[in-house]
Amino acid sequence: MTLALYVPRASPVHRTPAGWKLLALAGLSALVFTAPTLPVVCGALVAVVALGLVVARLPVAVLGRETRAVLWWLGALFALHLLVTDVLTGTLTVLRLLTLVLAAAVVTATTRVTAMVAVIERVCRPLEWVGVRPARIGLVIAMALRFIPLISERAGRIRQAQAARGGSVRGLRGLSTTLVPLLVQVLQLAHTVSEALDARGADDVPLRRGGPRAA
Amino acid sequence: MRFRRETAAPVADPARGIELRGVGHVYGDRMVLADVDLHLTERRIGVVGANGSGKSTFARLLNGLVMPTTGAVLVDGLDTRNAVREVRRRVGFVFQDPDAQIVHPTVAEDAAYGLENQGVPAAERAERVAEVLDRYGLAGHADHPAHLLSGGQKQLLAIAGVLVMRPVRIVFDEPTTLLDLVNTRRVAQVIEELEQRAVVVTHDLDLLEGFDRVLVIDGGRVVEDGPPDSSIAAYRSLMVHR
Repeated sequence: MTLALYVPRASPVHRTPAGWKLLALAGLSALVFTAPTLPVVCGALVAVVALGLVVARLPVAVLGRETRAVLWWLGALFALHLLVTDVLTGTLTVLRLLTLVLAAAVVTATTRVTAMVAVIERVCRPLEWVGVRPARIGLVIAMALRFIPLISERAGRIRQAQAARGGSVRGLRGLSTTLVPLLVQVLQLAHTVSEALDARGADDVPLRRGGPRAA
Repeated sequence: MRFRRETAAPVADPARGIELRGVGHVYGDRMVLADVDLHLTERRIGVVGANGSGKSTFARLLNGLVMPTTGAVLVDGLDTRNAVREVRRRVGFVFQDPDAQIVHPTVAEDAAYGLENQGVPAAERAERVAEVLDRYGLAGHADHPAHLLSGGQKQLLAIAGVLVMRPVRIVFDEPTTLLDLVNTRRVAQVIEELEQRAVVVTHDLDLLEGFDRVLVIDGGRVVEDGPPDSSIAAYRSLMVHR
């Protein structure tokens, strides 16, 4: 499993501040839901694809991967609409969701995690009034992105180890024989990670990144 | 009238080195370290011992990740119990498993993490990260996902993430255990070239070549302390007769 989201390029889309990109994404969502006509939705889809492939110069594979990931869901949704509404509504619904999925993919592929996290920290800043440290929220999000592939890789290794010893890796039994050792490994990992955070000055984390150091 | 009580910032004196005074450590009811009295001033110090001998706890005492149950650990004159933040800034720590140490999704972001915590301005952060990644051959991977690096590259990133914070001393806890021969040599070379003073806990006796001093820990006690040749000979003898 990979979470290789950011694709480094020197494009205007990459240079646009993360906050503006997220705002544009929100605006696009509002547009395709408040003006659900075929020209608007098709125009938005073409614009998003052009922005991603031509302006941001992202590989076709990036958008292709996102499309494949939701293809079955979109197909099922379209089939459901054929049964309960009509072809036009089904087409609009599918194109609308595809547009938003691809737009989100363009934003994530052109924005570094730190920039995205910085926006989230800014949005969370009012929570300082109730004692929440926005930098900690940002760190949690960054760590989730970092550790999801690692834990997935470790689960894969455990399954391979079970299979090598003739164990079942499928079904309920396979799930339980994978989950227990995985949980143990994750807890051990969490302990070492907490030590590593301490060793790298997590206690010194400022209220705002780049701002004055917390007392 | 109320006066705010000012706490004087502790002043470090690098000439004092690391002092362990009557240090003991107990986990639950198990004694892990006992009666450790040491003064560590050498440039390269190795620590060897069997699994479960107390080496890792010893290493963690040196930068305040573990506090002594008895006695005191003083780093450059700073007591880890009441100046732990300053001690951790002075003593970097490299873990055995780099996957546990890398906390950000991409290489450059992870290298910058410690500097963010120190409140280093963004421009200086970028400059220092670029410099350290270049030094360890990771510049071309700056924007790559950290989990896609090889084991050796991950360990180099873990070391880079510590060095970029410019600590005075570095503690390595079995830095080559998970590496192949090529990467073990690379990490050994990195340790050799460090400007900082280093304490290296290891099972790899070749890594200790050229070190100034080697401690042998067994059953939670320092049973040998001297130059590498005599300490390693004593360690081998200890393991053979077990």
